[in-house]
Amino acid sequence: MDGEADETVAVGDDCVPGRRRRVHGMLKLYYGLNEEGKAAEESESLDPCDINGPHFDPELYLNKLRRECSLAELMDQETCMVKQIRSLDSDMQTLVYENYNKFISATDTIRKMKNDFKKMEDEMDCLSANMAAITEFSASISGTLQDQHTQITKLSGVHTLLRKLQFLFELPARLNKCLELQAYAQAVSSHRRARCVLQQYSHLPSFKGIQDDCHAIMDKLAQELRQKFRDGGSSAKDLSECVELLLQLDEPAEELCDKFLSHARSRLESDLQGLEAEIRPYPSAAKDASARRGCNEFVSSLCLVITSYQELFINHAQTGELLHAFVDNLAARYFSLVERRIQEEKSVGDNSLLVRALDRFHRRLQAVAKLLPGSAVPNKGTEIVIRAATERVKQYLSALQSFYMDSLTDVRQALATPRLSVAGRDAPNSLPELLSSLSASILNQIKSVLASVHLFTAKDITFSNKPYFKGEFCSQGVRESLVVSFIKFVCQSSRHFCESAGDKGGSTPPALLLLLSRLCLDYETSTISYILTLTDEQFLDQHHSPVTPVTTLCAEAKEAAQKLLNHYVKVQGLIISQMLRKSVETRDWVNTIEPRNVRAVMKRVVEDTTSIDVQVGLLYEEGVRKAHSSDSSKRTFSVYSSSRQQARYAASYTPSAPMDTNLLSNIHKLFSERIDIFSSVEFNKVSVMTGIIKISLKTFLECVRLRTFGRYGLQQIQVDCHYLQMYLWRFVSDENLVHFLLDEIVGSSAHRCLDPAPMEQSVIEVICERG
Amino acid sequence: MEDDAPVIYGLEFQARALSAQTAETDAIRFLVGTQSLKFDNQIHIIDFDDENNIINKNVLLHQAGEIWHIGASPADKAVLTTCYNKSESHCFLLSLALFSASLCTIFLLIISCDSRVVSCAAVWRMPSDWETGSHESPDDTAHNPQTLELLCHLNDSAHGNAACVLWEPMGDGKRVISLADNHALLWDLQESSTQAVVSNTATLEGKGQLKFTSGKWSPHHNCSQLATANDTAIRGWDLRTMSQIYCIENAHGQLVRDLDFNPNRQYYLASCGDDCKVKFWDVRNIQEPVKSLEEHSHWVWSVRYNHSHDQLVLTASSDSRLILSNMVSISSEPFGHLVDDEELSEGEDNHQDDKGKEPLKDSVVSTYEEHEDSVYAAEWSSADPWLFASLSYDGRLVINRVPRALKYRILL
Repeated sequence: MDGEADETVAVGDDCVPGRRRRVHGMLKLYYGLNEEGKAAEESESLDPCDINGPHFDPELYLNKLRRECSLAELMDQETCMVKQIRSLDSDMQTLVYENYNKFISATDTIRKMKNDFKKMEDEMDCLSANMAAITEFSASISGTLQDQHTQITKLSGVHTLLRKLQFLFELPARLNKCLELQAYAQAVSSHRRARCVLQQYSHLPSFKGIQDDCHAIMDKLAQELRQKFRDGGSSAKDLSECVELLLQLDEPAEELCDKFLSHARSRLESDLQGLEAEIRPYPSAAKDASARRGCNEFVSSLCLVITSYQELFINHAQTGELLHAFVDNLAARYFSLVERRIQEEKSVGDNSLLVRALDRFHRRLQAVAKLLPGSAVPNKGTEIVIRAATERVKQYLSALQSFYMDSLTDVRQALATPRLSVAGRDAPNSLPELLSSLSASILNQIKSVLASVHLFTAKDITFSNKPYFKGEFCSQGVRESLVVSFIKFVCQSSRHFCESAGDKGGSTPPALLLLLSRLCLDYETSTISYILTLTDEQFLDQHHSPVTPVTTLCAEAKEAAQKLLNHYVKVQGLIISQMLRKSVETRDWVNTIEPRNVRAVMKRVVEDTTSIDVQVGLLYEEGVRKAHSSDSSKRTFSVYSSSRQQARYAASYTPSAPMDTNLLSNIHKLFSERIDIFSSVEFNKVSVMTGIIKISLKTFLECVRLRTFGRYGLQQIQVDCHYLQMYLWRFVSDENLVHFLLDEIVGSSAHRCLDPAPMEQSVIEVICERG
Repeated sequence: MEDDAPVIYGLEFQARALSAQTAETDAIRFLVGTQSLKFDNQIHIIDFDDENNIINKNVLLHQAGEIWHIGASPADKAVLTTCYNKSESHCFLLSLALFSASLCTIFLLIISCDSRVVSCAAVWRMPSDWETGSHESPDDTAHNPQTLELLCHLNDSAHGNAACVLWEPMGDGKRVISLADNHALLWDLQESSTQAVVSNTATLEGKGQLKFTSGKWSPHHNCSQLATANDTAIRGWDLRTMSQIYCIENAHGQLVRDLDFNPNRQYYLASCGDDCKVKFWDVRNIQEPVKSLEEHSHWVWSVRYNHSHDQLVLTASSDSRLILSNMVSISSEPFGHLVDDEELSEGEDNHQDDKGKEPLKDSVVSTYEEHEDSVYAAEWSSADPWLFASLSYDGRLVINRVPRALKYRILL
């Protein structure tokens, strides 16, 4: 009791429901209903001082308290304990009261039950008496009816027998009638029923007659059936019925199945011929659906043949092989037809049609697979589907390629036409638009092709689950042989532009070269990775076979872009070079008049350079140039022509020191970097322009060195060079380059001059500014 | 195996014309012709002393005008041809100035307006004692150079300006061809080269002003073939009939600058031009070049096969570079030097090793960057097959050797 009291104190401040539960718990504990399981076990300690534990020893506890606690504490303990005992007592009372009430109501119930059972006993006695009376009556009735019953049974037996006899006697007539009506099935079943009986009673002459009649009729019937079977005109269902009946008539199975198959074959072959005929006259895509329908007819009738065959000859083991051979043979022919049909499917227009057709084809074959588990037919069918898919991918690739070439032709035309109508000024403006429309249309085309190809792997297509379509088709088929091949094709065709045009002299318009180079560069920076990501997303590749990495393609694109741009520089440089060369070669420089103007060709060169600058600026960024000398180019130029140039001429007048002529320029060359004329350019405007100007001026220099000049010839060159100087410096990355080359030109022409008397710098300036 | 450093020789004048002295097979000797409009032009005879790496020069005066092309006779060491420009007004002027100093300026104006630059060709003989004279007093020759002795002019006023003169290769020095505008003239030199008679001519016909830029006399087929270049086309001529036998239209994208015949393979021809390319042709199939190189970054002005080892090809370009290429695949020894059976039977172990080594591949052997101006001419020495000279416009002559490693690979 003490333990319980202590427990209550410990939870004394708990709310009421909590406490009540605790009380119930304790009661349960008392009655051995250990509901709280683990918690209870854990609290079970062996400490004899634990007032709640089962091993509580009051004596020990008391001693411990007395030993350990002070008087005040003991007093407290005591009041606490008294309080606990009191509350436990009141709990006890409540519990006792509740139980008492329940006990009273239970007693009442038992008493009531006792009364009810007494009444029930009486009724049961009455019931058993009645049942005994009924039994008695029933026995008497059956006794009276016994005789009649046996008579009826006999009569009915006679009746049945008579009926049977009648059936037998009527059998020949009935069979005849059936034969007339061609109700063979009925005839055979009737005969089967009668056959045993007739066999049994064949020693009786009357039955013998019937049997003979029946036999005769049945022979006739069998013959007729065979005839019908042989004719083979009827449908597969009729045929199988025929065979079933014949089997029932005990015809030999092997012969039948041979015949059956040969009939089936002839019918299926006629189907195939129909198909073939259908394929031949309509190679167009529109007939796809109809041809497909024909195929389906064939496959379904093949299925029908297989099912009926299996049903019919289920018991004949060796016939299975026959069936396999038969199916394989026919299927091979069918497949060759289908393949031919697919190969004719050249138009790339609507892939969904083809995919759906292939799907249907595949699904039908699946049915065959279910019917004939060991057959190779479905595998071959899958192979055909795979081949068709690969073929399709190839077709798409070539379609993409031709699309690309077509759009290039369009661009070429677009580049050519406005130039004719608006005389050169409008054409460059449309370059960025052309570029964006070109790349957008290519991208769209790729996307649409990807979407079409994606149909092959759609969820609802049966063959998309095949491992080929999950793995190899995605990685090798689509990614490698479609997308990657296309990108490579773009790069290759670009390179081809450089090579073919290189020798035969500018068959490709330079603007197209520039455009393509920008296109390739764009591919390198973004488009390739975009396309490949798109592809990889759409065609999730599960088996990670080695694929061409993006970086390889990017490198290829960059190389192509570089080549194109270099070629552009070369072509443009050549055009300007050609002008300069002609102008130098065709003039008689010895006997020319005093220069009054800048020659028209120089103006033309500057104009062309400006328009090239505009053109390149449309597609490429500005690029970095070396800082210009703080003022304009003027200052540098005056230095170049006045001090250094004068020194040169002065040197050439003094015959005593001929070496001095070259000294200055040689020293200059020692310290300047070697200039590569036809070198690779960077992807920006300044570098491109520098390349073009370099090529042009170097040509100018070499041409000048091949000529001999008179005094005015030299002066003309001076004027021209000054003019070029005034306009060309702004295009290049390093104006010193222009200075250096022009310097060389003037220097060389001074050397090649019979009478070197340079023009006054001020006069040159005046002439140039006037021009 | 250190390669010897290149030897550089500087001329005072600008120069374009370079030739090996073909008839000289003992000394390594080159002829250089200068270009100067103001001073007397010179022919420098450059002797290279291979053992001491020293250059000896002798200068001969060529007073007729600036030299554009030079050719040495294959038979007579002392005979050479030049193509030169002469400015006619210039000559006039000088003679007038002798008469009257005061009139000179007036005439100068008038005459220089009418002045004309004419290209001529002539056969010259070096003075017999140029060699001895230089050895006795080397200082003296610099001041008083001897003058070339004119043997005869190769001029025919009807046929325009001479572009170059070609000697019959390996001939007796009696026949030359000069290319003048659109004519190829075959000359017979008579009476010890003092008289030249046109024996045959061929004319290039076509639209526009056609002009031969260069040519080469084939050493094969009994010296009966000539190849010429005009604009972008290369043409072959049969000298017996003086008719065209083949024509490679658009051989180069732009002007063809030079040609050379493979000395060992009769149908092989190298060409170079303004498209920076060097192309190798089989003239039996002129649709496509056999091989094309694009190593230079500017016009290629000269291409030369090595006389003995035709896989070595020298090209000079106005990008100031000289490139030596090893074109094994189209040479007459595509599998390297074939070792004789006797040698094998003598056989040491290293012979076996040599056989196992990889065949050489077409490659650039080396790029020479000693020049600082356009290199217009390069020539192999006629005496030493491993030595060559190149000449840049600023008058710098550089003598180089084939790298030793390559030399030994070819020889062994």
